[in-house]
Amino acid sequence: MRFAFWLAGAAALAWANSAVAGDTIKIGFVSTFSGPTAVIGNDMRNSFELALDHLGRKMAGKPVEVIYEDDQQKPDVGKQKTEKLVQSDKVDFIAGYIWSNVLLASLKTAVDSQTILISANAGPSQLAGELCSPYVFSTSWQNDQTPAAMGLYMNQKGVKSVFLIGPNYAAGKDMLAGVKSTFKGEIKGEEYTVWPSQLDFSAELSKARASGAESIFVFYPGAAGVQFLNQYAQSGLKQQMPLYTAFTIDELSLPLQKDNAIGVPGAQEWVNDLPGEQNKRFVEDYRKKYPGLRPTYYGAQAYDAAQLINSAVVAVGGDTSKKDAMKAEMEKADFKSLRGSFRYGNNHIPVQNFYLQDVVKDASGDLSLKTVATIVKDDQDRFHDKCPMK
Amino acid sequence: MKSVRNVRGVVSALLVAGLVLLPLYSHLSGNVFVLTMFTRIVIMALAAASLNLIMGYGGMMSFGHAAYLGIGGYAVGMLAQEGIGSGFIQFPVALAASAVFALVIGALSLRTRGVYFIMITLAFAQMAYYVASGLARYGGDDGLTINTRSDFAGLVNLSNRVQFYYLCLVCLLLVLVLIWRIVNSRFGLVVQGLRSNEQRMQAIGFPATRYRLVCFVIAGTMCGLAGALLANNTDFVSPAVMYWTRSGDLMVMVILGGMGTLFGPVLGAVVYLVLEELLSRVTEYWAIIMGPLLLMIVLFGRGGIMGLLGRFSRG
Amino acid sequence: MLLLVEQILNGLQFGLLLFLLAAGLTLVFGIMDLVNLAHGSLYMMGAYFAATFVAWTGSFVLGAVLALAATLLLGMVLEFTTLRHLYGRDHLDHVLATFGLILFFNEAVRLIWGPAGLALPLPPWLSVPVQILPGIYYPAYRLAIIVVALLVALLLYLGVMRTRIGMLIRAGASNREMIGALGINIKLLYTLVFGLGAALAGLAGLMQAPILTVQIGMGENILILAFVVIVIGGIGSIRGAFLAAIFVGLIDTLGRAFLPNLLRQVLSSASASTAAPALSSMLIYLLMAMVLVVRPEGLFPANRR
Repeated sequence: MRFAFWLAGAAALAWANSAVAGDTIKIGFVSTFSGPTAVIGNDMRNSFELALDHLGRKMAGKPVEVIYEDDQQKPDVGKQKTEKLVQSDKVDFIAGYIWSNVLLASLKTAVDSQTILISANAGPSQLAGELCSPYVFSTSWQNDQTPAAMGLYMNQKGVKSVFLIGPNYAAGKDMLAGVKSTFKGEIKGEEYTVWPSQLDFSAELSKARASGAESIFVFYPGAAGVQFLNQYAQSGLKQQMPLYTAFTIDELSLPLQKDNAIGVPGAQEWVNDLPGEQNKRFVEDYRKKYPGLRPTYYGAQAYDAAQLINSAVVAVGGDTSKKDAMKAEMEKADFKSLRGSFRYGNNHIPVQNFYLQDVVKDASGDLSLKTVATIVKDDQDRFHDKCPMK
Repeated sequence: MKSVRNVRGVVSALLVAGLVLLPLYSHLSGNVFVLTMFTRIVIMALAAASLNLIMGYGGMMSFGHAAYLGIGGYAVGMLAQEGIGSGFIQFPVALAASAVFALVIGALSLRTRGVYFIMITLAFAQMAYYVASGLARYGGDDGLTINTRSDFAGLVNLSNRVQFYYLCLVCLLLVLVLIWRIVNSRFGLVVQGLRSNEQRMQAIGFPATRYRLVCFVIAGTMCGLAGALLANNTDFVSPAVMYWTRSGDLMVMVILGGMGTLFGPVLGAVVYLVLEELLSRVTEYWAIIMGPLLLMIVLFGRGGIMGLLGRFSRG
Repeated sequence: MLLLVEQILNGLQFGLLLFLLAAGLTLVFGIMDLVNLAHGSLYMMGAYFAATFVAWTGSFVLGAVLALAATLLLGMVLEFTTLRHLYGRDHLDHVLATFGLILFFNEAVRLIWGPAGLALPLPPWLSVPVQILPGIYYPAYRLAIIVVALLVALLLYLGVMRTRIGMLIRAGASNREMIGALGINIKLLYTLVFGLGAALAGLAGLMQAPILTVQIGMGENILILAFVVIVIGGIGSIRGAFLAAIFVGLIDTLGRAFLPNLLRQVLSSASASTAAPALSSMLIYLLMAMVLVVRPEGLFPANRR
């Protein structure tokens, strides 16, 4: 019986705390904070926190409270956490979402509750098309855009054929489709691997070698990218079949990929050395606040999400009940993005430039990512016609 | 001197009363989340109760019970995806599919005993999991979003949180009544007898496997109902709901509450899920408390919470 | 052709890793009648210890040896403090208690090493391809795994078949009460057997670490396969576990490699790739179900009553 009373008491206490006052700006942040991809979630959290520091931890004079939730890289868990943030914590905004499948599972909850959602990474094609919503904004891209840019670069380089490899989930399918949409050469093969559990790519590498293709394109974010590059190097394919990537090499995976990543190009909408005061300040302050770490594009996108939210809150003077006004302000994308300014398409996906990044080793032996060229300017995703919004 | 039944009875009555009055509390306090959370708890209690029927009363330790949650859920999800939104079609299909699945795997599994039975039920559940993750049309591992809840043509509006909660609660109570009737019937006594001493029962002339199979199918069908309700609750279904660790969760709820008692699984589900929610707010590392807690219960707390309550009242 | 040879070798390698994991499980189950779900956690600890010790000492081999010793010790301590209280109890109690241990281990690892997981890099001398047949290259490290695992299997076989302790182990698997009656120090035997099982699990964990992963919860997925292996092979039988593990490893690997192409004749590329791994996983469970239906005690059960 005592046990039951204790339980009841604790329950009452916990639920009393969820009574909400309107004097803070509440933001929910769903990302991955456990497992091997926790490093990405941490990078996003670090950057979001840095943005809040730069804003003085206030928006329109009101203090900001952020509640971080771990989606464990699972769609059902991410959905549950989104529900909790929206229904129990009653957040004004919800941001984050690394993984496309997690975002797709959580979308309905956010949209039905009319909570403004900002995807700071995931960009599934459905979101840019038929599932677009006035409540959802992206500070990243649509999945197909980045690999499509890589396809354009491969055309520029005169690559004649390619073998495609990617993980079998929403984003993986988008990525390989993106390359196919722009690449003019021959697609000699297309392999999907089990996600996220499969980290052994020997079968796929063998098939690539056997296909006779001139090159390989892969999309493997996080730990899988590390494993793939290592196995690619171990297989001895580097000379025969050059590798082209999207989202496979970043500041988080680079320390583990080491020399295997040199000379492997990637496409990206943000690189750490892009010109602009905000970007320089972001990179410098990040490295100061988190010694030993460098920010990635995940972090840059999370930083932009904070700035986007701020622009909306400031526009309504802190009164977050004025959702229509906030949405209108957000549609203008009138804030200083780290990648330089961009505008929104009708589906709230950024229309932006894509750059070629490469890995270079400086004199002291340190590896870093550098912008080599601009591949395409003001690129818009190819699904915006399917979105019913104007 | 209180008798055992009194304490257990009081707790059970309080539990039911609490569950019935919950929407009132939610309305008064403005806390919507507690209603959503308890809808899920009631559904899981239903699933746990169905597992208790075969495990607690029937002695059949099935490690694949979560499969029915998935079967019921996917029946609803797949039909919704194909444009069939009527609950009058979805729910019977969910129940029928679960019954058929239980019949088939029961017929095959009940030839084995002990740990082999555990393993073979687990194997079949994993097969269901893999079938679901192999269906690209229905989302595979990414899962399937259900855009509109089952439509009952005005009888019950599943999109209304309070109505949906009461629907789930009514289902739970009906299932409990059904279990009570089964257990106290001649059929139920035979099944319990089989748990105690199979040889004797067979010597008397009862066909063991047939009785067990019927029990197995009934339990599977009930769990399929829970699955259909769960899919509506989350507006989402994915293979993850069938993974073997989820079956483990169900078993924990049954054992925690008190195997072989009527309200044990309900109590177990409430305690397990509430504890999980509370602890996860207190600390990110809640499982480090949960783990040893389970261990303690096994080593010291025989009979789960109901068992403890029973011992409390003995003077 | 190259692909086939390579995938057969991969299947063999995976099967041998499974065997290492299954051997410990089947011994513990056969002799102490203990269902240990936390066996996967010992596998995880082997990997974590290895990653830590290799980083610490700078040597791959030294780190691996230390990790093995640490896992052996951990296993024995675990048996001594917690698991021995479960002997003689219902299997269900074992399931519940060791399920709790899984949760505990996962969180403990998260507290000590953080949520992100670790990396275990290979030394350069193992990162090169080796020519096993003219024109056919295979990574040196994977060959090393096959060699080491076969050696261990051989040692295990000799140990169980030719030594006195091995005889006690086999006797214990067949008839537990008798060896107690013979006056052998049962408790010590049990602790040693459990420690051995833990070390084998740890070896499997640390060997796959450079190829696959060192992360929290890595034991859960492979544990289920290990159980399938020991059920097919027969509980308590090392020989059964060996054959079943190789078989399962080959089916799983070859299925994943070749099914997508077969399915692509009838389905789209993405659909085939979604269905193929599901199908090959299902094959394994189907196999187990078939074995159980026909031979409910597995192929080579140790208990001959």
